[in-house]
Order: sequence, then C-alpha cells, then structure tokens
Amino acid sequence: MANTELGAFGVMAALIRRDVQIALRRRAEMANPLLFFLMVCTLFPLGIGPEPARLAALAPGVIWVVALLACLLASDGLFRTDYDDGSLEQMLLSPASTYLLALAKSVAHWLITGLPLVLMSPLLAVLMQLPAGAIPTLCLSLLLGTAVLSLVGAIGAGLTVGLRRGGLLISLIVLPLYIPVLIFGASAVQAAADDFSSSGQLAVLGALLALALPLTPLAVAAGLRISSDN
Amino acid sequence: MPSAFAPQIPVAANLLELRGVACERDDALLFEPLDMAVAGGSIVQLEGPNGVGKTSLLRCIAGLSSRYRGDMRWRGQSLQVARAAFAEETLYLGHHPGVKAALSARENLLWWSALRGIGASDQVDAALAQVGLADYESSPCYQLSAGQQRRVALARLFLAPVPLWILDEPFTAIDKHGVAQLEVWISDHARRGGAVLLTTHQPLTLIERVVKVALSAASDDPAAEDVVDGEY
Repeated sequence: MANTELGAFGVMAALIRRDVQIALRRRAEMANPLLFFLMVCTLFPLGIGPEPARLAALAPGVIWVVALLACLLASDGLFRTDYDDGSLEQMLLSPASTYLLALAKSVAHWLITGLPLVLMSPLLAVLMQLPAGAIPTLCLSLLLGTAVLSLVGAIGAGLTVGLRRGGLLISLIVLPLYIPVLIFGASAVQAAADDFSSSGQLAVLGALLALALPLTPLAVAAGLRISSDN
Repeated sequence: MPSAFAPQIPVAANLLELRGVACERDDALLFEPLDMAVAGGSIVQLEGPNGVGKTSLLRCIAGLSSRYRGDMRWRGQSLQVARAAFAEETLYLGHHPGVKAALSARENLLWWSALRGIGASDQVDAALAQVGLADYESSPCYQLSAGQQRRVALARLFLAPVPLWILDEPFTAIDKHGVAQLEVWISDHARRGGAVLLTTHQPLTLIERVVKVALSAASDDPAAEDVVDGEY
C-alpha cells in the first residue's frame, strides 16, 4: 500500500516546498505583514519627531512590537486556506504524522513571514536611528524570536481555524505566550544599543526556541484535530 | 479503465465493520444505530434524506470526527487501535476537493502523493490522463472549472492503490460522461477486490451490485441538520 518510500522528512520537505511555492505565487498576500511592518516603522519618526536620540531610545521596543504584531497578523492565515479547501482533511487522514505536518507548516510559515521580517529589519533599524552596533543583535534576536512566534502562533491558528471569526480569539490565546519573546528580544537589542552584552537575552530566546520547536507541534496537532471535528 | 499502475488488491473479508454506530450532535443521535459491514469487492451506498448524517458518518469512519457511539472495526481490530493501518489503506474524498487553487493539477497531485509517501511523477501524469485532464496538467487550478477541480481530486483514486475508497458525493459537479466513467472506476475497483463506501443522490446505473444502507433519522431528534464541515 501507499507507504513510506519518501520517509517522514520527505513529506515535511514536500509540505514546506508546497507552501513556499504557493506563497511565491500569491505575493500580495505574503507582502501584507511586511508592508505593515514597514509602514508602522516609517510612521513612527513622523509621529514622534525626527530627533535621533529620542528615536534611538524607542527603536528596540518599537521594532520588536511591530514585528510581533506583524507575526500575529500573519498567523491567522496559517491553516485557513488548507481548512477551507479540504487540504487539511487530507493531511489529517494521511499516514504521515500530524506532529511532523504541523511542524512543517510552522517552518514554512516562518520562511514565508518571519524570515522576510528579519531580512527587512536592518533597513528599519536605520530608519529608527538604532545605533549601527546593535543591528546584528537585532537581526539575531529577530531570527530566533520570529521562529518562536511562528511556532506559537500555529497553536492559536490550529485551534481557531474551525471558527468563522477566529481573529480576536487567536490574539487572546497567543499574545500571553508572545510576551516573554518580546521582553527578551527587545531587551537584547536595548542592551546592544547601550553597548552591553546581550548574550544572556539571546540565550533565553534560543532556549525558548529549543522548547517551542519540539513542543508546539504537539499542541498544534491536537488543536487541528479538535478543529476538524465538527 | 484503471490500468497497469493499479495492482491487484487481495480480496479480504469484511474490511470495515460497524456495530451499533450512530453519530452524535449536541448529545442527540443523528440516526438510528447502524450495523454494517463493508467487505472487499463490495460497493456500499449510504442512503437517506438530507441531514440524516451521511456525511457525519463518513467523517467518523474516516477519522475526522469522534462524535459517535458504537464500535467500528477495521480488519477485525478496533478502529481506535488500527487508525494508522486504516489511514494507509483508505482514501477519503469529502465535500471539499482538497485542491490548492494556486498550484497546477500536476503539482497538487505530486504534493498529495508525497503526503501519502509515494513520489512517482509518471504515475501523476497517467492519473491525470485517466481523469481527462492531460491537457490541463500545468495550468493553475483556479483556472479550472469546479468539475475539473473535482477531477483533480478524483485522480487520487489512481495514485494510491488502497483497498477502501470513502467517497462523499463524488459525482458533484461532474458531467454526464464523467459520471459514467466514475461509475466504471468504482465497479472496476470492486472487481479487483477493493471496497467502496459512498454517498450520492445520483442513481447509480452502471454498477450492478450496490449494497444500499439506509440511514433513518433518530426518533428523538427529527430536525437534525446536515453537517457540512465548517458551517454551523
């Protein structure tokens, strides 16, 4: 019968490839959170005033908060189309493990939304007058942090995908879990901007990622089963 | 005709057995508890008025829903234990075709076969030719009509040679010629020892021996509504 000639990682790779392929064909949708990120960070200097010192003081927090909101905005759509067109049913019913499929979906989602945010962040750092020395830390903290945000966001997305209006609910479920990432991410950048070592905060972000990577797919898989059960 | 790439499936006695199974909705039974057996080589058609719970029953059997009472067995084993084996040996086609609009028919089937752990692209081409989409394999699915999208989903029947097909309203949006073809595929599958469990309101004309199982609405809850996933 249909069995594991491809192996578990082959299935995951196929799913990631599929999602990236779809995202590349629907660039407008993919650009939405990025545009939000860019717009808010551009509006801030206009609203607050262009003095470099004041902007630089706000920069770590602003960039991190906006990145977090952009991730939240994007996570609602993680399973939406798969649910609507029946692909999710096929995934849940396939012999492949739901855990690995959930992990692959989260990884693909990060590649589509989180990674572009990270790549765009140096530009916004310049816009927000962040000291140049803090930019590598900003990128690194966002690299670790957005990965955690994608993994955690998948929990909310999986649980609410069966509801017609899950938008608000997903924020309520996911925001408390986002907060530690925000605290350590922003404080890493702040430390780097003040010429202190940020390795402690980055290590905590790394630890959060190491926890989220194996654990969140369990919750996502369970959430998807509940969502499909109606 | 399903051809060389769909190998013979060994005939097995009762693949699936249901004993006293009834779907639940808000703690009420949708239909009277049902006893049913699906043996290799048989075609079982679930019958009943709209809303009696045919789709719910198929979703429970497929494993998408756990809202049922009673005992389901797969090859003699309780389905709760045998889910993994069951998943490898069944193919479920529900109301939604599970076809990605942004991908081409070919990409859709390649992804689906990867999901099933098989990765042969020549089989995909053959399956698409089989369902009459050979000329459309690389156009994105949002350009295809509803019936053609349905055919993309049906092409899966030729990709994974599994014993049990669970088809929920497979004839939706399919043209007359396509309906006749699908009926031939279904009876061919049964002739090769496979089993088909389906719901349809279309009269099956070409299939000789269809076992009809009628669901009757549970007496205490006559106003049960049809369960279309995603709607309330």
